[in-house]
Amino acid sequence: MERIPILKMGRYLLVSIQVDMDDRTALALQDDLTAQIVKHRAKGVLVDISSLDVVDSFIGRMLANTAAMARVLDAETVVVGMQPSVAITLVELGLSLKGVRSALNIERGMELLQSVARDTEAETADAADEE
Amino acid sequence: MAESRNDALLQVLRDNEQEILRGWLQLQERDLSLRNNLLRSGELEQQSRDFLAALRGALSAGDTDILTSEAWAPVRELMTSIARSRARQGFTPTETATFVFSLKQPLFTALRAHASGDDLAEQIWSSTLLLDSLGLLVTETYQKGREEVIARQQQELLELSTPVVQLWAGVLALPLIGTLDSARTQVVMESLLQAIVDTGSAIAIIDITGVPVVDTLVAQHLLKTVAAARLMGADCIISGIRPQIAQTIVHLGVEINDVITKATLADAFSIALQRLGLAVVRRTAKAV
Repeated sequence: MERIPILKMGRYLLVSIQVDMDDRTALALQDDLTAQIVKHRAKGVLVDISSLDVVDSFIGRMLANTAAMARVLDAETVVVGMQPSVAITLVELGLSLKGVRSALNIERGMELLQSVARDTEAETADAADEE
Repeated sequence: MAESRNDALLQVLRDNEQEILRGWLQLQERDLSLRNNLLRSGELEQQSRDFLAALRGALSAGDTDILTSEAWAPVRELMTSIARSRARQGFTPTETATFVFSLKQPLFTALRAHASGDDLAEQIWSSTLLLDSLGLLVTETYQKGREEVIARQQQELLELSTPVVQLWAGVLALPLIGTLDSARTQVVMESLLQAIVDTGSAIAIIDITGVPVVDTLVAQHLLKTVAAARLMGADCIISGIRPQIAQTIVHLGVEINDVITKATLADAFSIALQRLGLAVVRRTAKAV
């Protein structure tokens, strides 16, 4: 079975999905990713799906679930590079991936993650000040 | 029996071809006198001559099944091409059918010289049947040709009516004009999403000033487009909401709370610039 590589970049994890995902690959990715977030204490996850042409409802739900799991572990998920056809399919399937942030490309996704991280840091600092 | 009748018709056609052709052309020219600009001179004569030749060929084969038989295939092809070209050129159905029906008079004149009494009546009846079914074939093909023209125009309209324009680097606008149905929404969605990828835009403004009616279906289509753009990482702003439409949306209970809406395109554009960290400023003090 193919495994999808998870790369660490500073405080963020980069997942680039280059192959057509089947259900088992998707579940394995979920396992690996949650393990890696905990191991590296990652603050954010970038999922690049620009080379994914086809999605079904399972993969769509898997993306949403992964994002929810990452949030539980205090990491933001940004999906980047979704193809128009994939976006249309997901909307037609009724999966609007609420709670998943998205960006046009890796660069924008990284900026988004950093700005989110800054916001949370500022909030934490505020909370600390009040105390 | 049918064969012998057609044999008589064939005989008459053979013997009097020039005469029939002349009479036929005269009739057609009289009926189409106002349409001279549509047909090149000689084209009508060529078409008529070809038709008579094809008719003769088909009659000599002795088969009477006009709509399906092999022998009549050249006649059918010719009629089809004539009807199609006339549909495109803008002839009326009457004018197109006249092409066949005006053959009756010269043909019957020729038949009268050939036979008399019951024989004549029978021959006229059989040739009437023949020409009528050819006339129906022409009309039907003409109709099909017109429908093709309409379908093509619809397609063109569909493509013309969904232009995606770039207002600024990173800001797209999609001015929608006309009613949104499922087919158009699909085209709109695809062209907008493709434009987002091509230009790398983070903000898209959908302007619905030109959409006459917004019902639940149209609203749903709009929200789908917005959701798809959001999935790709672009934010959508809906602008150009007329007072009437704002009322309708609320009365219908459509949930568009997640979407930024603005009354005018200008407002939407200024929000877009703000998001990108840009501002429009006056370069010099206004001279009063």
